[in-house]
Amino acid sequence: MANARGKSFIGRFGVHIAVLVFVAVWTIPTLGILISSLRDKDQLIVSGWWTALSTSSQTEAGRLPGASAQVEKGGKFVIEGNIFGDGPARNISAFGTKAAAPTQHQAGEVADLGEGVSLLLNADGSFVMQSPKAFEGDRGQRVYYASSAPPRFTTDNYRTVLFSEGIGRSFINSLTVTIPATIIPILIAAYAAYALAWMRFPGRALLIAVIIGLLVVPLQMSLIPLLKLYNGVGLFFGVPAKTYLGIWLAHTGFGLPFAIYLLRSYIAGLPREIMESARIDGASDFEIFVKIVLPLSFPVLASFAIFQFLWVWNDLLVAMVFLGSGSDQLVLTGKLNALLGSRGGDWEILTTSAFVTIIVPLIVFFSLQRYFVRGLLAGSVKGG
Amino acid sequence: MADLTLRDVKKSYGNLHILHGIDLDIKSGEFIVFVGPSGCGKSTLLRSIAGLEEISSGTLEIAGEKVNDVPPSKRGIAMVFQSYALYPHMTVYDNMAFGMKIAKESKAEIDKRVRAAAEILQLTKYLDRLPKAMSGGQRQRVAIGRAIVRNPKVFLFDEPLSNLDAALRVATRIEIAKLKESMPNTTMIYVTHDQVEAMTLADRIVVLKDGRIEQVGTPMELYKHPGNLFVAQFIGSPAMNIVGGTIDRTGETSLVSHVGGHKTSVPVATPAEAQGKTVSFGVRPEDLYVATGDDYLFEGLVDYVEQLGEVQLVYVDIGRADQPLVAKLPGNVEVKRGAKIRLAASPDELHIFDSDGHSFARRRLNAAAAA
Repeated sequence: MANARGKSFIGRFGVHIAVLVFVAVWTIPTLGILISSLRDKDQLIVSGWWTALSTSSQTEAGRLPGASAQVEKGGKFVIEGNIFGDGPARNISAFGTKAAAPTQHQAGEVADLGEGVSLLLNADGSFVMQSPKAFEGDRGQRVYYASSAPPRFTTDNYRTVLFSEGIGRSFINSLTVTIPATIIPILIAAYAAYALAWMRFPGRALLIAVIIGLLVVPLQMSLIPLLKLYNGVGLFFGVPAKTYLGIWLAHTGFGLPFAIYLLRSYIAGLPREIMESARIDGASDFEIFVKIVLPLSFPVLASFAIFQFLWVWNDLLVAMVFLGSGSDQLVLTGKLNALLGSRGGDWEILTTSAFVTIIVPLIVFFSLQRYFVRGLLAGSVKGG
Repeated sequence: MADLTLRDVKKSYGNLHILHGIDLDIKSGEFIVFVGPSGCGKSTLLRSIAGLEEISSGTLEIAGEKVNDVPPSKRGIAMVFQSYALYPHMTVYDNMAFGMKIAKESKAEIDKRVRAAAEILQLTKYLDRLPKAMSGGQRQRVAIGRAIVRNPKVFLFDEPLSNLDAALRVATRIEIAKLKESMPNTTMIYVTHDQVEAMTLADRIVVLKDGRIEQVGTPMELYKHPGNLFVAQFIGSPAMNIVGGTIDRTGETSLVSHVGGHKTSVPVATPAEAQGKTVSFGVRPEDLYVATGDDYLFEGLVDYVEQLGEVQLVYVDIGRADQPLVAKLPGNVEVKRGAKIRLAASPDELHIFDSDGHSFARRRLNAAAAA
């Protein structure tokens, strides 16, 4: 196929390189978020996600036990133990006792602390401090050490985020908004698109023109009038101002012009003969729509579904206007926004929340993308 | 089973008139072919009969019943489209059963009729396939099968062979001819721009031009007695040679002088008032032969020769500026480019058309046709 298009090797090579670059530019940040969200909180703070697979080293400070832990051995007072206590083992490469020179001594080396006091710190964290005189005071010797830890991955962040940070609840809220707000406009638009494409009635052309005109109305302009209208109607029926029904209707309204436009162009492009054939076979408009047009329009329905789903899922503005900010109504985008304020420094929370937010669009896209590629019309008419 | 009557059928889109009053009677069981150049309205006429287009005025009757406002599905017709128009998401079986399912026929009846149609068209082993898994010829057979299943009174074909390649076209043409034989009571109307299809399939041909019927007749009538210049040139390939001329003598047998003052006696009756009028003088390429003696029609230099083996097409420059004369001669006659050639034809095969393009009636052959 590539050859048939008559492109030179260099031309094709260039295209492949360009595609590769775009793919990289778009996937690498996602990958970064995914890896960061799976890393240990402490490692995430000190090193970038691209070092996740290598051993990370960091300089830390610790304090040895105080005088109460000393033991007298052969005329010397000794404090022994492990600097990590019961915590996970790390590999110490160097240590020191002064903040100015935290890696003065190699691990396993005996450091002279003056006045006959010596400190040995091994790579596994075990230490021996000896002194000819008894130690005094409860505050032990301060020790700085450079340690390296093997890469550590954990799903703890997800557990935290989903169950204690409220992202789980927001996730459900987002789905509650998005699924009906995707399905309702498709249902309405498919009927409208068939009628506008294949049924003759007076004023059809005008109606199409109006719909295309509505495409260019900015959402921000109609948002507040729409809210007032909705509240007015809601008041009349005794419905509270901020409900899921309200946001479904709002998203439906904002999505419909594009939906009708997209579906109409596709449905109008279906071969006329197929409709005529069905009409001769005795099918009514409704039967043609349900049995012929809908199955054949699946690719365009799928692509609109993806558009609408992503748009609603990522929407913050409409959700802020039409939904409350209580935990039972706060959607993911709103929750992310809130987290940025309250947990701005906690990268593990932010990256994990972000990944939870993008995972659904990814699933939607990958499960429906094959309908873009597949030509459902193959075999129907000439050249198929 | 169904006569079809069209009375002054007109169709226009606003100011654009497509059909200008079509009158046509089609007898039950006839195979009628609508033929004509692109844009002549033949497809519109067919679609009007199908009910896919509303006619602007006039009446259309099927089996004695006026069907102007009857929806397509109630007219007892079935249509085969040029582009097959199969339902791409349905199997062959479902494609053929669609109409009956819509009509809520019993499953057993649907199955019986679909299988019977598949049997006729040798589609039985493809019933579970989707159209995209079939070749063009098979798809067209499915489209025909879908029409058969409807058990129509009138079968409509809209250029069903135009999308097939040459070999398949011949094969499918023969299949359609056989199909017609097996359904002697079904009226068939077939639209094509291909005169070979028209000649081989039709009981009667309807030649259309610019939304008007030019002539209706059996293939041989149209070939032997074209009613006007258009039909004369449309039927037959290569087209009939037409040269200008004047009538020198009228009567039972007319004397026509044409190219180079050459005078020819033609056994065609012309009325006295035609004396001295300008006419068109026509002779088919296949009726010309190389003259041996002094009795010839045309004389000229051979401009070009297309050798087809069995026959050769000889283009002769007879001094006309616009186009050479074409003669279809046997392939074994030796013709040299640039050589002088004399061509003759039997007087019975000559045609005269008046200045409006209408043909003068042919006395002898009219008599023969009547006999």
